[in-house]
Amino acid sequence: MIQLNNLSFGYSSKKLLYKDLNLNIQDGSIYGLLGKNGAGKSTLLKNMVGTLFPVEGSLLVNGMVPKSRKPSFLQTIYYIAEDVYVPALTIKQYQNLFAPFYPMFDGNSFYKYLNELEVSIDGKLNKLSFGQQKKFVIAFALACNTRVLLMDEPTNGLDIPSKAQFRKLIASVMNDDRIIIISTHQIRDLENMIDNIIIVDDGTLLLHASVADIAEKLCFKTVSEIPPGARVLYSEKMLRGTAVVMENAGEEDSALNLEQLFNGVTENPAMAKQIFSTN
Amino acid sequence: MEFREKQAIYLQIAEYVCEQILLKQWPLEAKILSIRDLAVTMQVNPNTVQRSYDFLQQREIISNKRGVGYFVEAEAMARVMAFRKEQFLENELPVFLRSMYLLDIPMEEIEIRYEKYIDETFKEKKYED
Repeated sequence: MIQLNNLSFGYSSKKLLYKDLNLNIQDGSIYGLLGKNGAGKSTLLKNMVGTLFPVEGSLLVNGMVPKSRKPSFLQTIYYIAEDVYVPALTIKQYQNLFAPFYPMFDGNSFYKYLNELEVSIDGKLNKLSFGQQKKFVIAFALACNTRVLLMDEPTNGLDIPSKAQFRKLIASVMNDDRIIIISTHQIRDLENMIDNIIIVDDGTLLLHASVADIAEKLCFKTVSEIPPGARVLYSEKMLRGTAVVMENAGEEDSALNLEQLFNGVTENPAMAKQIFSTN
Repeated sequence: MEFREKQAIYLQIAEYVCEQILLKQWPLEAKILSIRDLAVTMQVNPNTVQRSYDFLQQREIISNKRGVGYFVEAEAMARVMAFRKEQFLENELPVFLRSMYLLDIPMEEIEIRYEKYIDETFKEKKYED
């Protein structure tokens, strides 16, 4: 579990990005962390992994304080940055150097993942293309079997077949003890992988809800006329009519459209808050 | 008129399972794919497949033998038909009826086409059984 209690963070002490942020992240789920450019998604992930420290409040990852950077903590968490860096080492050298930091590292899985993502190289890793480097790091991170896995834009730079392979890998490694948080703008890539959504904007938490919860409170459909009196979070003219995200009055069980949800929640935060505060 | 963009993913997966049963790809009383294997195949979150399997269990289409896996129920066929019929009447038929009305297609024409379609598509297969 990851617990943020009244967390405040700012790159300068005068201007805070996050103020009094409260958030509980549960085991066994894949979280999608969504926000506009500069909303603070990467900042939040870096606080969780201990490369940035909260100014105030507390942050606990499975009961441990990331800031202390104890080996017992660091071996349970892996953060894949948006721009990955690989040194001038071969796959084997990289494994020999970094795998010992992760006691749960599984060498067989590592080569299986590399194979599935079609990463192969005899020479040095830094000779790989950006996409190949990224896939290499993803394979390594998954093989580390950490309880917490944070990924910043993991599908950026991946070619079309790799995105499908990536989804299959994520589905195969997910279990009840794990937390996977994926920050992304490419929501179409991961729409069916995510089961909890976190939306941040301007340093505030606009939405934190499970997909099941969202489907219960909102319905996503295309209508020829917007019903009078309906609470509409988002609407958009489409070929067949108007696509709407509106409060779910009946028992409709529609599939989420994350793009429309995101636009609705960021354009109408007050209404989103109202809809989601009633239980 | 409204269109539901898509059904919730867990229902789409439940329909996929029903389809496999109807097509006899997944035989009655046989073990079916584990939650994880189906999640990997469909590229979805395992928790979503769990929800689909829970849903199908409630409808007594599949059952869970603890520690062994999920199995197609012996009586699944009738229950799948009932579920699919309900889904069809609720979701697909209204779209069909709307076009029929707007395009002024008489019921008789539909009937002729229906017979022809069944003849061409399913008759041979049915005799084989």
